[in-house]
Amino acid sequence: MARITPSRKACAVNPLKSSTPLGAALAYLGVEGAVPLFHGSQGCTSFALVLSVRHFKEAIPLQTTAMDEAATVLGGADNLEEAIMVLKTRMKPRFIGIASTALVETRGEDFAGELAAIQKRRAQDLEGTTVVFASTPDFRGALEDGWAKATTAILQTVVAAGPRARAAVAAPRINLLPGVHQTPADIHELAEMVWGFGLEPFFLPDVSGSLDGHVPDAYVGTSMGGARLDEIARMSEAVHTIAIGEHMRVAGDALEQRTGVAATVLPTLTGLEATDRLVSLLQTISGRPAGPRLRRERSQLVDAMLDGHFHFAGKRIAVAADPDLLYTLVRFFGAMRADICAAVASTDASPLLGELPCEVVVGDLADLEDAAARSGAELLVTHSHGRQAAERLGIPLFRVGFPIFDRLGVQHRCTVGYRGTRELLYEVANLFMAQMHEHAPGDFADAVPPGPIVEDTRHGRAFEPS
Amino acid sequence: MSDALKAKIADVFDEPGCEKNKGKGAKEKKKGCSKPLTPGAAAGGCAFDGAKIALQPITDVVHLVHGPLACEGNGWDNRHAASSGPTTYRQGFTTDISEMDIVMGSSEKRLYRAIKEIVAKYSPPAIFVYSTCVTALIGDDIDAVCKHATEKYGTPVVPVNAPGFVGSKNLGNKLGGEALLDHVIGTLEPDDVTPFDINILGEYNLSGELWQVLPLFDRLGIRVRACITGDARYRDVASSHRAKVNMMVCSTALINLARKMEERYGIPYFEGSFYGIEDTSTALRTTARMLVERGAPEGLLARTESLIASEEARAWQRIAPFKERLAGKRVLLYTGGVKSWSVVSALQEMGMIVVGTSVRKSTAEDKERIKEIMKGDPHMVESIPPREMYAQLKKGDADILLSGGRTQFVALKAKMPWLDINQERHHAYAGYDGMVELVRQLDLEINSPIWEDVRRPAPWETVRAERTPSAQLPCEASP
Repeated sequence: MARITPSRKACAVNPLKSSTPLGAALAYLGVEGAVPLFHGSQGCTSFALVLSVRHFKEAIPLQTTAMDEAATVLGGADNLEEAIMVLKTRMKPRFIGIASTALVETRGEDFAGELAAIQKRRAQDLEGTTVVFASTPDFRGALEDGWAKATTAILQTVVAAGPRARAAVAAPRINLLPGVHQTPADIHELAEMVWGFGLEPFFLPDVSGSLDGHVPDAYVGTSMGGARLDEIARMSEAVHTIAIGEHMRVAGDALEQRTGVAATVLPTLTGLEATDRLVSLLQTISGRPAGPRLRRERSQLVDAMLDGHFHFAGKRIAVAADPDLLYTLVRFFGAMRADICAAVASTDASPLLGELPCEVVVGDLADLEDAAARSGAELLVTHSHGRQAAERLGIPLFRVGFPIFDRLGVQHRCTVGYRGTRELLYEVANLFMAQMHEHAPGDFADAVPPGPIVEDTRHGRAFEPS
Repeated sequence: MSDALKAKIADVFDEPGCEKNKGKGAKEKKKGCSKPLTPGAAAGGCAFDGAKIALQPITDVVHLVHGPLACEGNGWDNRHAASSGPTTYRQGFTTDISEMDIVMGSSEKRLYRAIKEIVAKYSPPAIFVYSTCVTALIGDDIDAVCKHATEKYGTPVVPVNAPGFVGSKNLGNKLGGEALLDHVIGTLEPDDVTPFDINILGEYNLSGELWQVLPLFDRLGIRVRACITGDARYRDVASSHRAKVNMMVCSTALINLARKMEERYGIPYFEGSFYGIEDTSTALRTTARMLVERGAPEGLLARTESLIASEEARAWQRIAPFKERLAGKRVLLYTGGVKSWSVVSALQEMGMIVVGTSVRKSTAEDKERIKEIMKGDPHMVESIPPREMYAQLKKGDADILLSGGRTQFVALKAKMPWLDINQERHHAYAGYDGMVELVRQLDLEINSPIWEDVRRPAPWETVRAERTPSAQLPCEASP
């Protein structure tokens, strides 16, 4: 059992967290024709927007209710209404996802009530646009929480309630609820795995069509793809739901409650054992055995582990991430016999952190840097903001999670399933191999305890037989 | 909002140094210089963002943001204000206040403890504390905390009162300037004053642009006491009140600072730019003239003219090889303020055609300059909605878009060349050297082979038009 140590500092130095509303915005972008809307000051939106653009290298539709001081004190219902109506007129979105911010939540209002009143009053004007609200103040949780809350809000608003009315179809549907750190490439990989069992996957949120980086034929002001609203409504017809990561348990439970579709939470899909669990589940749901492609890929992963484990064994790795991603990474590195010499989580939200075989600090990147320095870490694993720490420590940085703003192609990096795990394993092993150094006498300073040297007989003064 | 902050904002909105502001009535002035925001159609940063932009380039101090996570967590280490030494300013410090702090009213205590931790661990020459919407809303008195901490720890702790919801980024720039006036400038007396000392205000050393210009001043024997705030050290700023002349670069951002430094310390200022060859020369010439007026030896004037002549000649010579490849290319300039005209003359010298320049953020003088430079045919546009801009670019109304990150993907998704000329850019475009770099980048972008490649139709788009008979299949394919 791990010890979870909360940070005692008053000052967060080099924050690890990205904000809760930003997590919500990313989830909303997994719906087709969407515009996320922050209920807060223009700056709340501007910072989140710039960060997302830097990560995805895509235009990100994200708007604001532009609360000024007067509106904050007097109540923001008018700004909320105006923002929704302006968005409706100018961008004609099919979906508006609202996320509250710390600013409006500090004053505290009945946002759901206000939104319901606006929707009733402007029903005609808002026809054809679904509006959803999630309470996501910055001072509660982080990226994973915002993502989960927004997904849950979508489910509760859009999915048809009540017992499932399933049509007899050739390919039974299953729902997949990916976590915030699943990339478009991860979703593609999962879809292919699920198809292999004769099942039809449906993802919510689905960023594989909206944030995968593609060039549409015409201008699109809203999200450029994503889960379709009419398909979301049909999630009640599925035979099963798989929620990925502990943070998506709340969404899986909400869906199960609403529709009766049983939900399974898989904490991670990275690693041989984790993928085996997914494949077993898919075998059970479909009643079919895994096909030749998966069998081959499993064998390739096993081979990669055999070849690669030499490079991981005993390596000291310092990791910082959101709780579910941290769990995934610590489990993956641990399975390869690396030493996790520092583990920092952005929040203590996941109960699984307690199961990790190392101490977990809830803190920031300065905590990571200090612990990495103390323990002589050889690799730093966190998002791009770890770059300064890695430079100061003189060790490489392996970039994971959000934001990754100083590398291209993050949306196409796959780390789930047999294939994704294999790619992750090779990528990190190659990083270690690139660092490998020629041995020198100094490496063995402690090989023999210090003592008097009788005679130096090396190099040219070699022992000569008498 | 505290009464002190209200008074400060009213003061900033009454700016005799600004022609536009002088023309306004009392009621108009109160509204400030930014247009009211439309919920659902607003873009741009808040006042906190603006204050941070103006002050963060001070490299050796700790910038501590007092608020919930997003204000700093979503925005730290996000610009390319370069440093020649300390890197403290690139680290993110925030009180990251929790729900408990708000409910229990413990956020002031948290701020005080945060300052204590920073002094103990980092011992910076100063700490700048930024208020934010939430901490302003719940009434945290950061002035009092900073005053107390300054006395207790002997480290200057500077309150920056610019919570996001008081207004725009531009207002925040000015409030950042006010913090320097109230708490920093004039607090240290320099012992090395010369008649050749100047300050540069509103230059942030983005991508190292200051270093393209400093050697010019070095050659003239002019010393930049403080660049406020690019690559600045706290002590430089604190002793900047003994300079002889202030050059104000980003016109609207820190005009209050320039004017008040003139009032308090008798430092005359002028507005200038380092974007463009002609503008760089004018800036050098004006600096020299004003220094001589304030007592510098007259020989400076001749030295300056000689440097200008040789540097201009060198710049044009370096630019000449690009002329052939750029002549006749059409540019859409989508930026604002000084940049809307300052690069136009350089582009025209290349034989390029400016098909439009946006004047969203430009002043009346900026617009006059554009008219002058573009000879009665200025193609000035206000804002262009992204959908329209996409259509224009797709139609081929321009060969390249010069803009900032916000419109980057409008151009790229239309498969059109784009060059970043806003603050996130990675290339430095200041001074004579910067113009040569800009022209080089223009050539690399416009004449890249990828444009032809990415616009070529996909195989399945051409297949119907030229349905290939099987006889024409490549021979490898035949059995």
